[in-house]
Amino acid sequence: MNADRTMLEITALEKRFDQTEVLKNIDLRVREGEMVFVIGPSGSGKSTMLRCCNRLEEPTSGAIMIDGQRITDIPRRDLDRMRLKVGMVFQGFHLYPHMSVVKNVMLAQTKALKRPAAEAEARALEMLDQVGLRHKADAMPNELSGGQQQRVAIARALALDPKVMLFDEPTSALDPELVGSVLKVMKDLRAKGMTMLVVSHEMAFAREAADRVIFMDGGYVVEQGTPDEVFGNPKSDRLKSFLARVLNTDEDAA
Amino acid sequence: MRFLETFFNTQVIANYLPDLIDAMGVTLGLAVTTIIAGVLGGALLACLRVAGIRWVNFFIIVFANMMRALPPLVLILILYFGMPSLGINLSGWMVIYLVLSAVLIAFAEEIFWGGLTAVPAGQWEAGRATGLSRAQTLFYIAFPQAARMGIPPLVNRTLATTKLTALGSVIGVKEILSVSSSAQSFSGSATPLTMAAIAYLVIFVPAVIASHRIERHYQYAT
Repeated sequence: MNADRTMLEITALEKRFDQTEVLKNIDLRVREGEMVFVIGPSGSGKSTMLRCCNRLEEPTSGAIMIDGQRITDIPRRDLDRMRLKVGMVFQGFHLYPHMSVVKNVMLAQTKALKRPAAEAEARALEMLDQVGLRHKADAMPNELSGGQQQRVAIARALALDPKVMLFDEPTSALDPELVGSVLKVMKDLRAKGMTMLVVSHEMAFAREAADRVIFMDGGYVVEQGTPDEVFGNPKSDRLKSFLARVLNTDEDAA
Repeated sequence: MRFLETFFNTQVIANYLPDLIDAMGVTLGLAVTTIIAGVLGGALLACLRVAGIRWVNFFIIVFANMMRALPPLVLILILYFGMPSLGINLSGWMVIYLVLSAVLIAFAEEIFWGGLTAVPAGQWEAGRATGLSRAQTLFYIAFPQAARMGIPPLVNRTLATTKLTALGSVIGVKEILSVSSSAQSFSGSATPLTMAAIAYLVIFVPAVIASHRIERHYQYAT
């Protein structure tokens, strides 16, 4: 692995919904094998930015490069192929409720990647093993806890061998005692060298596990740096007041 | 004794049973073909509507609203007595099949469409984000969920529509009601009508039981 190779690069990204400018001139770079956290107040455009990276949201202007491919130039009808390289994990898990866990992890493998069923199943079981849920392969999603569902969703994305994983507030819908299991899976992934861009409110985890932290506010990247720089020595007033707010609520909750 | 004589006259039963069994075949055949055309057609139109092509959707909505609003008997009479003037001669059987299928297609389309709009957007996003096409996401993810949600109302509507095969008696289709009511005229006994009621029960009670099984089989908590 070349640690300096850029896996994901966002240049001058803008996004407007009608008159509202949600993203204004975003520049951002994630190197191969890096885990980058994006933090910021709600409504700051974090999720929109993340969703532009697999074109679930269409950027208004700007460029996004993933693994050397300029994905903002791909015609709409060719998006499916690109999306195989970009795994996405949602806040709400979105497992398919009518399919067993292993079928959830197999579906896109067989239909989008055209893997033979036996190979897809082996791969699915391997991925479920990696997130510690191989024994739940035949369960239905509604029989799992939120944390387990989210780990299945991670396995579903990983089974397609993505180059980058995007996490959109992966633990925000979870009960506090289930958050740890999902964060552990993410940590394991980082150890395996997966490139990850994570939108999250887990400040303690970001501080402990992230390579870099990006602070967004009002559609801009306001500040970025190592966790120590961002949390330990915030420069801008906006970051200072944001950290004061979230770290205070954390203490209140504890 | 008078009651039995009126409604369960054994001689009359013996005389008309063969005709009635034939009629049951006609009713059952109409019901099954109508269900197949209605459910498949409704599913197809609902899926087509997902594509969001404006003039296609306009046609689907107009069709569904008309077929649900018009009394089926009106359509049956128009087709059976009106079309010959245009040189199109349809048999009574064909008219019933076409009209009931169209009615069931219309209701089934609305039921499936309602189910499709109730599938959360996140399901679509999850499918698309894993590289599935729109059609694949519809086929493997959205429609199966919509169909499950639609099963209870669809079963109701299917039974209600197939019972309308009795309208065939108006245009001489030899189904259960027309055979038994002409038998009633000839014999002067009400017994053939009792036989008709029993024949309908024989067909539809198993159908109701089967539908409960289908509903239970496809149930899941979300």
